[in-house]
Amino acid sequence: MRAIAIISLWAALAGAALSDEAATAIGDADRGAKIFKKCQACHQVGEGAKHRIGPHLNGIFFRPAASFAGYKYSKGMRRAADSGLLWDLEGLEAFLTNPRKAVPGTKMSFAGLKKPKDRADLLAYLRQFSDNPADIPEAAPTARKVEIDLPPEVLALVGDPDFGEYLSTECTTCHQTDGDYDGIPAIIGWPTEDFVIAMHAYKQKQRDHPVMQMMAGRLSDEEIAALAAYFAGLE
Amino acid sequence: MKLNRRSFIGTTSLAAASLAAPAVLGAGKPRVVVIGGGAGGATAARYIAKGAKGAIDVTLVEPSRSYYTCFFSNLYIGGFRQLSSIAHSYGTLASAYGINVVHDWAVGIDRDARQVTLAGGAVLPYDRLILSPGIDFVDGAVPGWDVSAQNKMPHAYKAGSQTELLKAQIEAMPEGGTFAMVAPPNPYRCPPGPYERISMVAHLLKQTNPTAKIIVADPKPKFSKMGLFQEGWANHYAGMVDWIGADFGGGNVEVNADEMTVTIDGEVTKVDACNVIPAMKAGRICEMAGITEGNWAPVSGHTMQSRLDENIHVLGDATNQGDMPKSGFSANSQAKVAAMAVRGALTGSKVFPAKFSNTCWSLIATDDGVKVGATYEATDEKIAKVDGFISQTGEDADLRKATYEESIGWYAGITSDMFG
Repeated sequence: MRAIAIISLWAALAGAALSDEAATAIGDADRGAKIFKKCQACHQVGEGAKHRIGPHLNGIFFRPAASFAGYKYSKGMRRAADSGLLWDLEGLEAFLTNPRKAVPGTKMSFAGLKKPKDRADLLAYLRQFSDNPADIPEAAPTARKVEIDLPPEVLALVGDPDFGEYLSTECTTCHQTDGDYDGIPAIIGWPTEDFVIAMHAYKQKQRDHPVMQMMAGRLSDEEIAALAAYFAGLE
Repeated sequence: MKLNRRSFIGTTSLAAASLAAPAVLGAGKPRVVVIGGGAGGATAARYIAKGAKGAIDVTLVEPSRSYYTCFFSNLYIGGFRQLSSIAHSYGTLASAYGINVVHDWAVGIDRDARQVTLAGGAVLPYDRLILSPGIDFVDGAVPGWDVSAQNKMPHAYKAGSQTELLKAQIEAMPEGGTFAMVAPPNPYRCPPGPYERISMVAHLLKQTNPTAKIIVADPKPKFSKMGLFQEGWANHYAGMVDWIGADFGGGNVEVNADEMTVTIDGEVTKVDACNVIPAMKAGRICEMAGITEGNWAPVSGHTMQSRLDENIHVLGDATNQGDMPKSGFSANSQAKVAAMAVRGALTGSKVFPAKFSNTCWSLIATDDGVKVGATYEATDEKIAKVDGFISQTGEDADLRKATYEESIGWYAGITSDMFG
């Protein structure tokens, strides 16, 4: 089976008419590692990678869409999976070009990579973390992008979701509670730690966005924890 | 008497219910009537019904079956949106939230009997009344203009047929013709609205009638996002827009709808299309209820209760509340505070300190969006500004495009927050 999978990857690469050189066929993995910074706020890849806002990307090649039991996918992604979406080179290419066009209703808040070379390089990077082909060594674990240092006691705060529900009414003027993304990101179902880090990053003005800096700027540690707890529980 | 399990549960839940409902002890289900189904009223009705889960009867009175949002109606004029894309109906509020939606005009409020009379004759009793009627125009504010002139010189400041009419008149202008706007004095609905509209009119004319001229007579010496708009007009519509502020006689205006003339500081100009946006006041029902002082309804920022009647909450453009601009975003924000206060008063649900926010996006040209926003808190005197920001002049094209895209996301967000 593995041999067949490898062969079909090669076939896909040849079909993409990028190069005959298998190992470098997709693109420049080093450059792809830099492009992956755009993805790191939500996705982990490499040794020890876990699901965060988005699912981890180890072994993404040839995995059927929406196939991790431990991750809450959007309805849109589950629909696409039901109709047979497979993360082969073609599927990944289409998705990365325009995520919302390829999978309507996806909660991935990313506009897409318009340049073919950017997609090729990113996929070359990601392919290193898939078992097939096995001749490419596993790269060093990719550290998740932590934007700020927060005292452990702040990260350890357990938020009150009822309080969070009240506070959330300020968020829902823009962020839709059903997770739809129309130009403002979906914020439901995030791991609480990611939510807390993101909000503190805005509060400390480490993350750029004037509206979010203002909104987060007046939230206390407890309020941020409460919002994280509330939004984490929404599907 | 032997207490069985069922009667025991029944007794305790009754006791709990009466403890939790201090305001309506001994009465039936508390009743809330909301007048006006816009950003304030629709949001308040939805949040009360959603939070109360059937414990409060909510009736929403709104004359229109199809509600056109004022926000994004300028984008229709500019050709960036279809009119149908800013129309919303009340079906989900009725079906998913159990709100009794009544399409009728409220014509009377009896504050002593706590009941609302509708034009159709129905009488709606209430425990709490929420008024979110938006704006009406001050009679005689622009000499020569009254509501009978609104077909020749549309205000287009309540969205729908007026907006459609104004756009059609602009499109029918002769080559090289003149469009005039009479801008309103403060305070008024949507501070950047007239200037976003000028941008959208210029965008439309630039494509179809590039030698046309735009004149703005403004009773104010400066306006919201002025630097950003003026920069944008110079960049995108050079030589097209002539803004005449108060310092240059812009406040001394008279119009003649039959002759299609606008007289600014004594100088008569023949115009081909004219948008008159008169001075504003709270929607008439507030006056009829006797809860206005001057042109607006004063409210407490803690609960959005009228300062003149604690059984009435007033939202949005109709209020005099302090520092918040009159905007759909503000009304939506205020509605959530009012909904929490009403639920707290009628069912004993938890009440937290009031917090408010606002952001206003404006589109200047294709992919050239700007924004201004602030956060607010309630003090005993007013709703007071805490912190704010504004887009900067000279921002790069990517940021402006991202700002515009964000406004599209906001539109989707707030309309789903209003209408479910």
